[in-house]
Amino acid sequence: MSVLVNKNTRLLVQGYTGAQGTFHATQSINYGTTVVGGVTPGKGGSTHLDRPVFNTVADCVKETGANASVIFVPPPFAADSIMEAADAGVALIVCITEGIPVRDMIAVKQFLKDKNVRLIGPNCPGIITPNECRIGIMPGHIFKPGNIGVVSRSGTLTYEAVGQLSALGIGQSTCIGIGGDPIIGTTHLDAIQLLNADPDTHAIIMVGEIGGNNEEIAAAWIKDNVTKPVIGFIAGQTAPEGRRMGHAGAIVAGGSGKAEDKMAAMEAAGITVCASPAEIGQKVKERLGL
Amino acid sequence: MKIHEYQGKAILARYGVPVPKGKVAFTVEEAEAAAKELGGFVVVKAQIHAGGRGKGGGVKVVKTVEDAVTAARNILGMQLVTHQTGPQGQKVGRLLIEEALPIEKELYLGITLDRASGKNVFMASSEGGMEIEEVAHHTPEKILKEVIEPGIGLSGYQARKLAFGIGIPAGSVNAAAKAMIALAKAYDEIDCSLAEINPFILLKDGRVMALDAKINIDDNAMFRHQEFADLRDLAEEDPLEVEASKFSLNYIKLDGNIACMVNGAGLAMATMDIVKYAGGEPANFLDVGGGANEEQIKNAFRILLSDTAVKAVFINIFGGILRCDILATGVVNAARELGISVPIVIRMEGTNVAEGKKILAESGFNFGVADGMKDGAEQVVRAAQ
Repeated sequence: MSVLVNKNTRLLVQGYTGAQGTFHATQSINYGTTVVGGVTPGKGGSTHLDRPVFNTVADCVKETGANASVIFVPPPFAADSIMEAADAGVALIVCITEGIPVRDMIAVKQFLKDKNVRLIGPNCPGIITPNECRIGIMPGHIFKPGNIGVVSRSGTLTYEAVGQLSALGIGQSTCIGIGGDPIIGTTHLDAIQLLNADPDTHAIIMVGEIGGNNEEIAAAWIKDNVTKPVIGFIAGQTAPEGRRMGHAGAIVAGGSGKAEDKMAAMEAAGITVCASPAEIGQKVKERLGL
Repeated sequence: MKIHEYQGKAILARYGVPVPKGKVAFTVEEAEAAAKELGGFVVVKAQIHAGGRGKGGGVKVVKTVEDAVTAARNILGMQLVTHQTGPQGQKVGRLLIEEALPIEKELYLGITLDRASGKNVFMASSEGGMEIEEVAHHTPEKILKEVIEPGIGLSGYQARKLAFGIGIPAGSVNAAAKAMIALAKAYDEIDCSLAEINPFILLKDGRVMALDAKINIDDNAMFRHQEFADLRDLAEEDPLEVEASKFSLNYIKLDGNIACMVNGAGLAMATMDIVKYAGGEPANFLDVGGGANEEQIKNAFRILLSDTAVKAVFINIFGGILRCDILATGVVNAARELGISVPIVIRMEGTNVAEGKKILAESGFNFGVADGMKDGAEQVVRAAQ
């Protein structure tokens, strides 16, 4: 009924005792996520939110059997935190931090190559399987269990799409916020491959934005491999060239990364592309014949 | 962060990329002194961040100090219009006075990130002096690429391959390769997000040099480059964008008349799109962020409304972390304090939306409350007419 996270997910929090870590760990606990503890170097041995705090991720994994980590660590130290989690063998690493230098992420990407772990993000809202597991910063109450998989580079645009679905009575299997940075651990293609293989995901919403060509790469694969309905939207159709639109990765540069090219590639792959962000839910309903 | 050509050249020179002798001048007098020092046969170059300066009349080659003074007088203070500045142009406040050199051949060098592989790519082309996008479009085979391996940098063999490939004669290949390796090292160490040398020149005497330098630094890496903080030129940025950055607001000024206030970059872009879809033109991109407080909302409002083109405001918030009641309170307080006169359409969804709507209804202001994004966009477009 989901991909990557479910009720068996045992979550640890890096940057556990900080303001962001505390706030969102509390939200996840209230949502019903199994949060097993956290890491704040120097605070090992103490207790926070009724759960143990460790000095290192390795200690935390050894003591709690954590199999997922969420990172709320400031940008200068976040890349190091991702590598620490990977080295400790945490299978799923979700990095929320916005503002990590590209050079740091180039190193992280190399580091992860020979590790059997998956990174989601950075600069992402996280991942959620409704009523089972919430990792990140998403407002849990808008989600509803069901059979639509969602993958998106943007947080609030994910909420927008999900809000429309839930209002129409259509639930979600798993929603993955892949993040708005130029270098991310899980791309549109990766997420769509996972959702396509999940028998309980009946249709996929793919939300992209200007910058890079990951949407085009995913569209090419969808064309040859996906028979489930895919509904898409690309943000930034009216964005000026050469300006970064909030997300570090959202920029049309040197004539590449344009919304129109992405939309054309998606349409050519048989994806239902919404011209307006207000019609995502309605288009899903139509494609599913509900 | 973008920096000026002269600043970029100074950094590259420290890494061993050969650059022409030159001096920055903020006044005609400084330009005269620099031209004298360089022997009179110089190039007077406007220093603005936009490209296409030559075509716009911002670059002059002169033979004497007197002509350099005339050129400096003409260029300094002018509104330089290029294809990248927009029709209003950019005021020139600085000049680079540089020795004029006998050019044999103009080439291109550049480095940028390849997102798919997560590695930087070094590009070189024999077609220097032109827009590289044009070259990529018409003759992509003329752009040679080498992947820079993280932790290793550009290797000697890669640099030589590129140098021979773009037609640098054997006697100059080692010097060119050395410059390329230096450029790659600088790119990595100073956290560039873009580096371009266009043109990279081969001189008649066989030397190679960076005749231009376009260097962008990754904003996210500025915390470890305090030495570059004073390279920022606020005169090159929109005053409203500078003001917004003081309050951690992500604001980009556009040409329309419908101001947008949104939380989240993706939704902010989508809001611009839907305004356009409804027949209007967005006046800005504004992402107030996930955890905006009342103070930020107020400042966001103030900045939006100081754009005199604005005829109506569209607030589109999907409250997750940012609660709708906090937003509503911020909007009402700002409206009171700032005496807002243009129509405001608010679309709110998410956490505490009922409380938020109540605050708006009881405020005494006549806010347009929208039912969904589409309705909101249509309402605000009507209001702006």
